[in-house]
Amino acid sequence: MSDAILAHPDGLLEQRIWQRHTTAQRLVRFAIWLVIVLAIVQSLRTIEVIPEFLYDAPEQMGDMLQRMWPIDWPYYAVGVHAALVETMHIATLGTLLAIVLGIPFGLLVAGNLTRNKALNFIARVVLVSSRSVNSLVWALLFVAVFGPGAVAGTLAIAFRSIGFVGKLVGEAIEEMPRGPIEALQAAGASKASEIRYGYWPQLKPAFWSIVLLRWDINVRESAVLGIVGAGGIGMALDTSLNLFQWGRVAVVLIAIFAIVIVIEVVVTQVRRRVL
Amino acid sequence: MSHSLEIRGLVKAYTPGNPVLKSIDLDVDGTGLTAIIGPSGTGKSTLIRCINRLVDPTSGTINLCSDGRCVDLAGLKGRALRENRRLIGMVFQEFNLVERLTVMENLLCGRLGYVGAWAAWRRKFPQADVEHAFDLLETVGLGNFANQRADALSGGQRQRVGIARALMQRPKVLLADEPTSSLDPKTSFEIMLLLKEQGRLNNIPVIVNMHDVELARRYADRIIGMSGGQIVYDGAPDGLSDEFLKQIYGGEAWL
Amino acid sequence: MLSTTSAQRVSTAFRVDLWTRVLVLLLFVYVIYAASQIGFSWERFVSGLDNGARFLKRMFPPDLSKMDILWKGISESLQIAVLASVAGILISLPLGLMGARNLMPAWLSWTARTLIAICRSLHPVIMAILFVKAVGFGALAGTLALVVASIGFIGKLFADAIEEISEKQVEAIRATGAPFPNLVLFGVLPQVLSRFIGFSTYQLDSNLRNSTMVGIVGAGGIGGPLFSAFQRFDYSFVFTILVTIIMIIVVGELLANYVKKVFYV
Repeated sequence: MSDAILAHPDGLLEQRIWQRHTTAQRLVRFAIWLVIVLAIVQSLRTIEVIPEFLYDAPEQMGDMLQRMWPIDWPYYAVGVHAALVETMHIATLGTLLAIVLGIPFGLLVAGNLTRNKALNFIARVVLVSSRSVNSLVWALLFVAVFGPGAVAGTLAIAFRSIGFVGKLVGEAIEEMPRGPIEALQAAGASKASEIRYGYWPQLKPAFWSIVLLRWDINVRESAVLGIVGAGGIGMALDTSLNLFQWGRVAVVLIAIFAIVIVIEVVVTQVRRRVL
Repeated sequence: MSHSLEIRGLVKAYTPGNPVLKSIDLDVDGTGLTAIIGPSGTGKSTLIRCINRLVDPTSGTINLCSDGRCVDLAGLKGRALRENRRLIGMVFQEFNLVERLTVMENLLCGRLGYVGAWAAWRRKFPQADVEHAFDLLETVGLGNFANQRADALSGGQRQRVGIARALMQRPKVLLADEPTSSLDPKTSFEIMLLLKEQGRLNNIPVIVNMHDVELARRYADRIIGMSGGQIVYDGAPDGLSDEFLKQIYGGEAWL
Repeated sequence: MLSTTSAQRVSTAFRVDLWTRVLVLLLFVYVIYAASQIGFSWERFVSGLDNGARFLKRMFPPDLSKMDILWKGISESLQIAVLASVAGILISLPLGLMGARNLMPAWLSWTARTLIAICRSLHPVIMAILFVKAVGFGALAGTLALVVASIGFIGKLFADAIEEISEKQVEAIRATGAPFPNLVLFGVLPQVLSRFIGFSTYQLDSNLRNSTMVGIVGAGGIGGPLFSAFQRFDYSFVFTILVTIIMIIVVGELLANYVKKVFYV
């Protein structure tokens, strides 16, 4: 990392210079900074920001907040509670489905467990695609195929989470020590037994951590799927927004906020006790 | 029942043209402990690992013979390989226990070559295996440790579990790849003694890879010295003179 | 438990404890209950699969005729992602510092952390909807929504990272009599900078994904054309857009890894 010029060939001592990076490294870093700055400048120049809207913004937001008062509390029992429960179902079922579908891909993508490079590659493509498409877009897809409702939402959550679960499981497996696996192979164990006895016991803590994390994130994601018709509380939000019933919008937002906080607390507690 | 290992023309080259093992011929039988010594990189570990195919040989044959019937381990694949691997027990330098499983669970893993796929998945082992495991635990001096997690044990204790696990297979040959290299001197003696005794008790040859020459001299019935991928000494421990040691290891200062 | 009777020795190896069994049973019951609650029925699922097959057929071959719309949408999404990430990073740096309980007085850290927590709880799409109502349709709403999301993520992790640093290094600098800014610059930042860069690249990647969908609610980017393609049943264009999104995200990940390597993360 440092570049100290110590002695001139003539025997005279040159001034010793301390540089944190070599010249080549500095050029590359500068090049990257330049690219970043250019990207920012270009984005600022071409993004369509209508100045009037920008100046208007604080006033508009204030106006919106005003309209949310009084908060339409009774609406909770009528429209919100059932939808909230449905949201939880979507999140939980979706996560469970993602585990069932994601583990096989996680096994396939781990280079030390599955030696076949073609299988590794296919699994990686599946996992990357799953992660790159938002749950909202998956929801659009599934609403088009299965019709509106919570089934589409559940599948959307599941398909998005496969990539998350699969990738992290694959990474956890790749980081495992080879030794115990070799011992099982040397005893004549089959591949299935290798997985069940060699990989799974060591994988367990990381696995549950991944699942809890994903469930937490999925609760948030499930809450908005209703906007495209995939069930859950998002539909209540969508309806009240379209009808400009700001008091109800407020109730829905508070409900979403509350459930997210509750789940966070639950997950933190479970983490502390069990993991 | 007599078992023996016949190795003929074993060659292993990790990179083409650079063989680590240069045509090894070796016969092992009886119930003695055979120690393979030699400097690092000379192929001792490769030789041992070729036997149970943790490393695939480039060419040559490895015959495992029981009562006259021989199987060439070098060419086996898939199911046949697994069925023959269970006949070869192996003890490792780093013990290679599954850390989060208990001692008993690790021992039962030694039977994975023998239980059927469904039973293995359900983790249901026959009572006979359980009894055998308890007996082996007593033998290696860990009778009260059955439910301890493997990572709670000391190095010496872990290696005993490793040996018991290998013996659970009721193997015909017992291999050990530097079993004492991670242990302190006193524990090393105990482990070597255990290996030697178990070989005699179970009527099987024991082949041990090691770098401690004194340990080898003390416990081995036969010493094989390797240098540069070839066997340069094959005989009794007292025949291992300084001349041979110089040939195997090079240099004199350490003698 | 071990009982060494003359008959049989019992082993508890691989035994699944009672709690786990109960939990698994409960889970199983829940799945059946929840599935019925959300209206899952086998017939519907099978007919849906049939539908799905037809759907996939309509997606091929991908529609390559609307490249200009595609390009406009994608570049707007990229702009949103870049600007939101930069603004989010710039704001998260001081805000995260303020949220560090080991450096700042309690009232300041508590306020900062609450602000960060609020930013974190609401989904980017919800924020996008609210911003659309506030500042109108278009990329500004999307950018603002993702800035909020970025602050929530980077801010929290950054504050946590600062709280985990070694006190001794900070003490050493404090002992030289350095003023507070220097203390932060030389004592705190070197320890957390690499993690900060890690969070930031992760959030850039996350914003890239999110920017593709805020358009669904009118907040700019490729989400808009995507949504209208769905509504028009123009599935082959949908396919084109999806494949483009996936490719961009993969490229983004590769670039992020490269940048991390250069900056020694």
